[in-house]
Amino acid sequence: MKLHIIVLAKQVPDTRNVGQQAMNADGTINRSALPAIFNPEDLNALEQALQIKEANPGSSITVLTMGPYRAADILREALYRGADEGVLLTDRAFAGADTLATSYAIASAIRKIGSYDIVLCGRQAIDGDTAQVGPQVAQQLGLPQITYSRRIAALQDGKITVERSIENGVELVEAPLPLLLTVDGSAAACRPCNAYRMLRFHRAAIPTEQATADYRYKQSLSSDEALSLKEWSLADINGDATRCGLAGSPTKVRKVENIIFQAKESKRFSADDDDIKSLVDELLANHTIG
Amino acid sequence: MNNILVYCELDGARVAEVSLELISKGRELADRLGVSLEAVALGHNLSSVPGQVYPYGVDTLHLFDDERLAPYTTLPHASVLCKLIKEEEPQIFLLGATVIGRDLAPRISSTLHCGLTADCTALELGDFEDKKAGETIENLLYSIRPAFGGNIVATIVNPYHRPQMATVREGVMPLHVVRPDVTDGNTVHHDINAYVDNSDFIVKILERHIQPAENNLKSAPIVVAGGYGMGSKENFDMLFELARVLHGEVGATRAAIDAGFTTHDRQIGQTGMTVRPKVYIACGISGQVQHITGMQESGIIISVNNDPDAPINAIADYIITGNVEEVIPKLITHYQQKS
Repeated sequence: MKLHIIVLAKQVPDTRNVGQQAMNADGTINRSALPAIFNPEDLNALEQALQIKEANPGSSITVLTMGPYRAADILREALYRGADEGVLLTDRAFAGADTLATSYAIASAIRKIGSYDIVLCGRQAIDGDTAQVGPQVAQQLGLPQITYSRRIAALQDGKITVERSIENGVELVEAPLPLLLTVDGSAAACRPCNAYRMLRFHRAAIPTEQATADYRYKQSLSSDEALSLKEWSLADINGDATRCGLAGSPTKVRKVENIIFQAKESKRFSADDDDIKSLVDELLANHTIG
Repeated sequence: MNNILVYCELDGARVAEVSLELISKGRELADRLGVSLEAVALGHNLSSVPGQVYPYGVDTLHLFDDERLAPYTTLPHASVLCKLIKEEEPQIFLLGATVIGRDLAPRISSTLHCGLTADCTALELGDFEDKKAGETIENLLYSIRPAFGGNIVATIVNPYHRPQMATVREGVMPLHVVRPDVTDGNTVHHDINAYVDNSDFIVKILERHIQPAENNLKSAPIVVAGGYGMGSKENFDMLFELARVLHGEVGATRAAIDAGFTTHDRQIGQTGMTVRPKVYIACGISGQVQHITGMQESGIIISVNNDPDAPINAIADYIITGNVEEVIPKLITHYQQKS
């Protein structure tokens, strides 16, 4: 069974380990100091796609992302790890999109891609943690969804069986293709970049990057179709501008506050026996413990 | 019309705690807005649901009782709720930020083309000044949530689309029984066939394994939590001993879990659970914001850390500066001598 799999991916700032170098003096976070990475759970999704491709020879994987030009970095990374094709959805009209406007643009791009059997994406991205875009894309494409997927247990005769996480447990569900799966971090980790593929694809580029590259670079591109990443604008996906970006977002950000923890009056103790003893005495006396 | 609607998530016949928390919050919001509070439950054998929700202040309960609605699958629940919302036109629709709520809510918001805010930690009412349109919209729902890995808190509004939808994290809204003697009220039994289509049942559950939570971290009055600074699994295991003598539970940071010191079900913080115990003993926890957002509401915070300037010390009531492998056995010994 030859399948066409679309993997949705996002380039995100690495918010997981915000070190001292990314903190401003006032305790706020300096976002530009954080590295831009392939959203971790989207890598779990890519791995599922690669496993499906291996088990079903002749299948292909298209990775779709939305973002600024530099998001082409994660398309190249996806090629290094084994994807076949990359599409960057980029347009000023998409800026400031909430999840609904984002899912509208992505669903429109998937319609343009045309045929597909499975859409895979991470459960959520680490910059927003909303977990909304996957189900919203599924709804707009009229697809069933399986969220929190951990493992594909079977895939045959146009049906897929998936193990997914639920509160305090797991569930095995079966659904017909086509459908959308969101994959969570407990799924298999993505395989590393392949050295041969890195050599072959490190010059893969979107047209905007190709236009700025030197002549020799351009020459090397012409010989290999696989080095052309796609770059689509709002017009390319026949999008309705009123449903995109800030204008197409029902939710508005009213206020954003940086978290700064207010220092409390605190009592300090050392690790000496006497200190620990007096602390325990105090905690017992004021009924904190005991 | 214009009421507040809360989705009651069911665990068998039991209404999930997060749903009761939302009903409590919904009651408060409904009173301030002068509207009614409605709840909706979908599942099978729902006769015990009214008795569980009315004490928390529900005015109207919508029941959809059908064996095909339990256990939960996305499409039929989404179809029923979309149609019910079109009929009832609530101004606010709240769900728990659970696996179910986070699967269901975006599907509904996309169908109804309305805004949704995920994983809120606070809900408030207030005005929104739309500078572009030159108007102020009154009494909007402020959906307040951490973002960017917990480093910022954003207030989100939905000025022009209804309902205003939000999923809310478990454990952040207190429970309030407001009508202890009321166990029944205006309950509407709906005919599900008017709400679903056969094509809604194409996803089938083949197997289901539930393991009841092995700890009661969420309701423990004393939490002993360990971070990466515990250094090893052997050191981390001392926390279980301390928790045992104090009659508390053990929690952990994501870093400690990633290091293999303990299991995922003990994770406290942005991507784990939110706790607010009477006493929180943070051992070898530096205090990354992602962790602090999950425990900062704790009553008394005690920090054990060898770094006198660990960020967590800023919110601690008691700071013990020393090595965890030295301090924790001493805490156990001195406590046992006294009690």
